[in-house]
Amino acid sequence: MTGETTVFPNPLRWALGLWRDQKHRGTIIQIMALVALLLFIGIIIRNTAINLQALGLEIGYDFLTEPANYDINQHLIDYNSLSSHLRATVVGIINTALVSVCGIILATVIGLFAGILRLSKNWLVSRIMYAYVEFGRNVPVLLQILLFHALIIHTLPHPRASLSPMDGVFLSNRGFYVPQPVLEPAAWAILAALVIAVAAAWWFAGHAKRVQENTGRHYPVFTINLALIIGLPLLAFFLAGRPIGLDFPQLKGFNYQGGMVLRPEFTALWFALSFYAGAYIAELVRAGILAISRGQTEAAYSLGLRPNWTMRLVILPQAMRVMVPPLISQYLGLIKDSSLAIVIGYMDIVATIGGISLNQTGRALECMSITLFIYLGISLGVSTVMNWYNRRVALVGS
Amino acid sequence: MSAQEKSMSVSDEMMIEMNGVHKWYGQFHVLKNINLTVKRGERIVICGPSGSGKSTLIRCINRLEEHQQGEIIVEGTELTGNLKHIEQIRREVGMVFQHFNLFPHLTVMENCTLAPIWVRHMPKQEAEELAMNYLRQVKIPEQAEKFPGQLSGGQQQRAAIARSLCMRPKVMLFDEPTSALDPEMIKEVLDIMIELARDGMTMICVTHEMGFAKTVANRVIFMDGGEIIEQNEPEEFFANPKNERTQLFLSQILQH
Amino acid sequence: MQQQYEAGRHPDLPPPLVERGAVKWVRDNFFSNATSIVLTAVAVYFLYKVVPPFVEWAFVDAVWDAHHRNECRAKGEGACWAVLRARIAQFTYGFYPAHLYWRVNTAFVLLFIALAPLLFEHVPGRRYLLWFSLAYPVLAFFLLWGGLGLEPVESAKFGGFLLTIVIGVTGIIGSLPLGILLALGRRSRLLIVHTISVAFIEFVRGVPLITLLFIASTLLNYFLPPGTYFDLLLRVLIMVTLFASAYLAEVIRGGLAGIPKGQFEAADSLGLGYWKSMRLVILPQALHISIPNIVNTFIGLYKDTTLVVIVGLADPLGISRATLADSKWQGLSTEIYIAIAVFFFVSCFAMSRYSLYLEKKLHTGH
Repeated sequence: MTGETTVFPNPLRWALGLWRDQKHRGTIIQIMALVALLLFIGIIIRNTAINLQALGLEIGYDFLTEPANYDINQHLIDYNSLSSHLRATVVGIINTALVSVCGIILATVIGLFAGILRLSKNWLVSRIMYAYVEFGRNVPVLLQILLFHALIIHTLPHPRASLSPMDGVFLSNRGFYVPQPVLEPAAWAILAALVIAVAAAWWFAGHAKRVQENTGRHYPVFTINLALIIGLPLLAFFLAGRPIGLDFPQLKGFNYQGGMVLRPEFTALWFALSFYAGAYIAELVRAGILAISRGQTEAAYSLGLRPNWTMRLVILPQAMRVMVPPLISQYLGLIKDSSLAIVIGYMDIVATIGGISLNQTGRALECMSITLFIYLGISLGVSTVMNWYNRRVALVGS
Repeated sequence: MSAQEKSMSVSDEMMIEMNGVHKWYGQFHVLKNINLTVKRGERIVICGPSGSGKSTLIRCINRLEEHQQGEIIVEGTELTGNLKHIEQIRREVGMVFQHFNLFPHLTVMENCTLAPIWVRHMPKQEAEELAMNYLRQVKIPEQAEKFPGQLSGGQQQRAAIARSLCMRPKVMLFDEPTSALDPEMIKEVLDIMIELARDGMTMICVTHEMGFAKTVANRVIFMDGGEIIEQNEPEEFFANPKNERTQLFLSQILQH
Repeated sequence: MQQQYEAGRHPDLPPPLVERGAVKWVRDNFFSNATSIVLTAVAVYFLYKVVPPFVEWAFVDAVWDAHHRNECRAKGEGACWAVLRARIAQFTYGFYPAHLYWRVNTAFVLLFIALAPLLFEHVPGRRYLLWFSLAYPVLAFFLLWGGLGLEPVESAKFGGFLLTIVIGVTGIIGSLPLGILLALGRRSRLLIVHTISVAFIEFVRGVPLITLLFIASTLLNYFLPPGTYFDLLLRVLIMVTLFASAYLAEVIRGGLAGIPKGQFEAADSLGLGYWKSMRLVILPQALHISIPNIVNTFIGLYKDTTLVVIVGLADPLGISRATLADSKWQGLSTEIYIAIAVFFFVSCFAMSRYSLYLEKKLHTGH
């Protein structure tokens, strides 16, 4: 029973007929959804236009080139208060990237250790790791950031009385001061040595594989390559007459001069994000390893494979498939959580363009749209990589 | 196989010796005073009700399980905590599992060549030729490049047998190799095992396939409650079981 | 020499001493090999370094009774928990009028009565209680904000853990229907409906919650018709609900994906239409298997409520800001943050245990 067969030109009945037809009903719903969406967007645009007009504001991104008029204490590129809002945004992006990359590395290390130790047969160690994982996952990350910050500010001494666990390293509530490497011209020799070492290691790995395939001989590839990559630059360092010096921080007045500083805000954010994400990653690692049935280990053992090779050739390749997708969403989560930097005054994307720039210019719409756009770009990039990886490692036949 | 054919391949050389072996899981006494010797070329079938310790027994032989009392000697080497010895023994002892335990991320060929390459230090090409030989023997050469997930249960178990054979083991342990298979696939696996027996492989099989036991075994062992209750040549074992528990078990299993 | 037994008569013997009881347990758990011995040593050293000083600080030398920070410091070296005693009411209720606390308490108790039939299957009178659960949001609204003869209380007075729970519970209740619609939309074959759902879900999941809260605090009023004004709490509630709905949609989509195809076909073959088959056959099952993950989403949302401090609401972190700004209690942030962390830990840990219990129950096939 469809609309076309209706004899009487009764519009109501015709509409009802369309509605009862499965194909047409779909189309009608689609059109209704589209109209509703367009109406919704239209109303918002209209409201915004009226509201902005009432406030005497116009939408425009020209302000980005105007001086920002605020300071950012941590900037890896040149920046001062006369720099533009655009430059402040770039500094913010770099700061977000810095803490995210550092956080991802540290969180992965913590997570791997905690996850493997949680499976340890050692009761005490596995209990401690259990306590860590539960604490890390059940306390809000914002609170953890504040806690780490408070611990650094309140439990570490003033710069004058700072702790010095090593020569040239000073821990105080103004930040962690460490020696900064100073490169002399001859330092290029070390870089060259490193490049050569990496190339040689690459070649050797390939060579070792060919030798093994042809003759069955095994080289300790990992050990030799490690020695190459560390040894060659070290050799170059001494041959070139130690072209890398260290600038040691020194106490001058109330604070340190020289050296490199990890500010309390950066350190607190870095540790807290790593600590929080590390707890989740530990659970992923544990689940990943547990997901590989005991039978796999037993089969490898019964073939005479050693435990370390069993781990490398049988368990890890399978665990990686299970672990990597959720691991990447953890990384994405960490990047998003780094936006909480603002509570302790670390100047990331949200604190610069989404925070101070917004407050100073009053251009909420423009600033928020830029912020959202940057995060969406990051998320889209990460999920593209993830989809590509998932397609690559999909297990055949199961 | 005729009785004569069966005894021909057995030599006097001792392959496995278990003397007074005990094992506990926590407080649970799973193996009680096991004494068992296996000579080169012997084929032994172990049967018994579930939970009788038969799987545990053969898993002790390549130390997937640890025994706590008594001694186990494989090819003259005693199994202790010594990792070198354990490795050495595992290289010479092949094992086939109930659930195949093929490595799902590797092709059948890679499953077979993994251990020869990494344990025996064999050149890749040689390992592949060897693997192809055994895949031909288990009649799945055309599946070499497929992944385990793409094979049927019977094919997977045959691939697992080939994987073990690639290490050229002196003894093969079979832990209920057919009990996870559909009926129509049991025969294809048993045929391979019979052929192996004909070639003189030393085998210890945990299985309920009594037909297989009658055809190839030199000795049938009945276990219950962690003990070896009775062992005998298959003709005698099936015709005149001595212990009443054996009689009960046989009557239950042969009714079908 | 071992005693010999007749075949089949060997008794169960206890394991040898080294394999038994405490000796075995200690050896297996602490000293089974060299690595384990090293780990044990490191762990013991770590605990020795961390636990006694913490216990000393938090309990032995702690001060519970003081009127300001200096009095605390004079009385003892340890933690100054007195600040919590002094501000407990604010941490719990925010600036809610003290004579109306009973309304908050009632709403809180009723919340558990409303939740009971949803969380546990064997509650006496479950069928009637479910009606109560349905009516609860309305009831709670009037209890908390007033009206219908109750003295009205403005949103600005809400704070402390009361605010945490209001935002968390509203977020999850509000996002459930929206999340279901989005999940169905994402699975829909209708291109436009599908695209809208995907775009919304991916947008919300692609940006940090804090940016959405900033939108709530700075932009949302631009989008509303001129002359209308939503107070900050309401705007935050809207954003939190939208945020949670995107995550819930993905959870429910996972639940829908777990329904066997035969269920859809069976519903179709009975001649049920799309909505009827969804409502009567598919969704009840999909929601049932998603409950553990819904609880997990709720835990995440509950933890995320702490972010509202950044847009200036007086949640426990907002109250702690105010407290720390008070010259009487300056510098006690460690104590306050630890106390709040303990509160969140206890409630989140309990909820995650519950979700684990549900998961186990699902796996064993009820």
